[in-house]
Amino acid sequence: MNSAPAAAHTQTSTARSRFAEHPLTQLTLVRFREFLREPEALFWVFVFPILLAAGLGLAFRNRPPEVLQIGAVTPRLARSLRAEKLLSVSEFSAEGGLQALRSGKIALLAAPGSGSAIVYEYDDTNPEGRTAKMLADRAVQRAAGRVDPVGSSDRILREPGSRYIDFLIPGLLGMNLMGSGIWGMGFTIVDSRRKKLIKRLVATPMPRHYYLLSFGLSRLLMLVVEVGVLVGFGALVFKVPVRGSLLDLAVLSLISSLAFGAVGLLIASRAQTIEAVSGIMNVVMMPMWILSGVFFSAQRFPDVIQPVIHVLPLTAVIDALRANMLQGAGLVQLAPQLAILGCWMVVCFTVALKIFRWR
Amino acid sequence: MPESAPPAALRIRNLRKTYKDVVAADGLDLDVPVGECFGLLGPNGAGKTTTIEICEGLTAPDSGDVEVLGLHWKTDSDKLRQRLGIQLQETQLSEKLTVLETLCLFRSFYHQGPPAEEIIGLVQLEEKRDSRIGGLSGGQKQRLALACALVGEPELLFLDEPTTGLDPQARRQLWELIEQLKLAGRSIVLTTHYMDEAERLCEHVAIMDHGKTIALGTPRELVASIGVEHVVEFSAGGPGKPLDMEPLKHLEGIRDAKAENGSVLMQATKLHLAVPALLAELDRQQIPLTELRTHSATLEDVFVTLTGRHLRDE
Ligand SMILES: Nc1ncnc2c1ncn2[C@@H]1O[C@H](COP(=O)(O)OP(=O)(O)O)[C@@H](O)[C@H]1O
Ligand SMILES: [Mg+2]
Repeated sequence: MNSAPAAAHTQTSTARSRFAEHPLTQLTLVRFREFLREPEALFWVFVFPILLAAGLGLAFRNRPPEVLQIGAVTPRLARSLRAEKLLSVSEFSAEGGLQALRSGKIALLAAPGSGSAIVYEYDDTNPEGRTAKMLADRAVQRAAGRVDPVGSSDRILREPGSRYIDFLIPGLLGMNLMGSGIWGMGFTIVDSRRKKLIKRLVATPMPRHYYLLSFGLSRLLMLVVEVGVLVGFGALVFKVPVRGSLLDLAVLSLISSLAFGAVGLLIASRAQTIEAVSGIMNVVMMPMWILSGVFFSAQRFPDVIQPVIHVLPLTAVIDALRANMLQGAGLVQLAPQLAILGCWMVVCFTVALKIFRWR
Repeated sequence: MPESAPPAALRIRNLRKTYKDVVAADGLDLDVPVGECFGLLGPNGAGKTTTIEICEGLTAPDSGDVEVLGLHWKTDSDKLRQRLGIQLQETQLSEKLTVLETLCLFRSFYHQGPPAEEIIGLVQLEEKRDSRIGGLSGGQKQRLALACALVGEPELLFLDEPTTGLDPQARRQLWELIEQLKLAGRSIVLTTHYMDEAERLCEHVAIMDHGKTIALGTPRELVASIGVEHVVEFSAGGPGKPLDMEPLKHLEGIRDAKAENGSVLMQATKLHLAVPALLAELDRQQIPLTELRTHSATLEDVFVTLTGRHLRDE
């Protein structure tokens, strides 16, 4: 009676074990285990980008206008100055006030002059001093009954999407995709080659393309976490917008990651020592860190090198990510960048496969 | 495949391989019958690894013919890979994986073979089943490497220096394992520079030097071939009184004598005559004996006789 469910059960369990025992599954599992058991790698891939984003996000956050410290010599003056919200007024003796001004504790000192006039003492080369002077004077004049002839009101613009952190998060994401693609491939492959592990695998019936495919598959799965963590962090903590569709963002990340993986594979295809591969990786990545606009716009570089900067894979990735996240561009609009990435991927992968040292 | 005569496990004809100016294999011919343990014995740089890796299909020979289990690498590499078990001289398995994980990985490449757990039992690593490889001892790592070679139930095993660098106890443990494999009927080709290992494990031995086989036969035949049954080793005299070597070479029952790092090595055909004659000669030269040892001739002595050098130049 219960033989049918039992049979079905054995069938699914053999299917499951066949999946578990498939060489590709096993090779991909090895990739994961090696990665997860390397605390340094985990730090660089998952924690470091967040720390960097948090640090830079805080350092360059758009602060509310600062309140300026000023001093007044008489209580009456202080009272009228306190009407201005952007000033924080302390009372001083004439001498104490001068001292505070010289030591930079206050930006301006207001004292009564001859008659009803007021003397402002401040450093006119210091922007804070000049701002304080205008605010103080306005407060004093209004207190004395001045009425502005033209009425006005403020509308303040601090829109998500145009802040530094919004610019930064896609840049960091691109940098992270490049780093984990190139480092992930480079170090793992060359380390295995150095330990004669690749040679040992080639001595088994393992189909060689499975070995390379396992890197692609493990990148794919790790990508979900990598992108999710950074974009999620940006969105939750800094309200960085994700205006494009998430599916487009996923496809874009995937293609970027595969392109960098192909570059990494090419870098690792011949090298036999960690030193050699580190050298090549630095030579390849350094120009992109500088030129591709991770931290500031790549437009700032001279026009003559713009065409070169444009075809670098990291530039294409970051441009596309920014367009997708900040302007909501879809894959069709990102075709030029995707084409650049596709070229890198195909060329690097083909060459790498041709020259790969399997021993 | 013809039913009557089973193909040799390995058949090598006129194998050549040159690296720049080094001739690693210089016209080798070897035959390994099915079910036998065959030893390639030779000092470092003799060409053992080159030869075995050509047989494993990992290195291409310059010329010559290699037939493994009746098949050729050019045409049947997929079939061959399924049927061979290979241990390389210097593989470091991934340190972060456990014993079981590593064996499951290797097991997944083969169509047939026992479950990974069973192999772990065979090489006596049950206690280390879930330990990371980084924490294993040298002997345990070597046994794991052997286990990785066994996952596909191979007909022919290639073991390149399976016990080099191990302590005596770990070596003996590996020898016992290899003996079990022989009992199970597997053909084995192993390389070593330990003569005792070859003597104990191998039915036939090829002694290699500079890419050539300089002697081939059973360990017993090889030892007999040098016509020396015993080796007498002694130290005598002090700095003041040098020993006169010439008369020693012509003593009764002695075939040859030579001085080596402060002691003298003599090849004896008749020990019972040689020792008294030696003592009499030392007495005549009035040189006191400080140390005297004799042992039956071994493959090491065969190598020394053939090349004038030792297998391991320490
Ligand atoms: N890949 C290689 N490139 C250049 N020379 C090599 C290479 N492999 C081996 N040799 C040389 O070939 C000779 C035989 O080496 P090998 O087969 O490793 O000897 P063994 O295993 O007996 O110690 C040595 O002189 C070695 O230096
Ligand atoms: Mg060797």
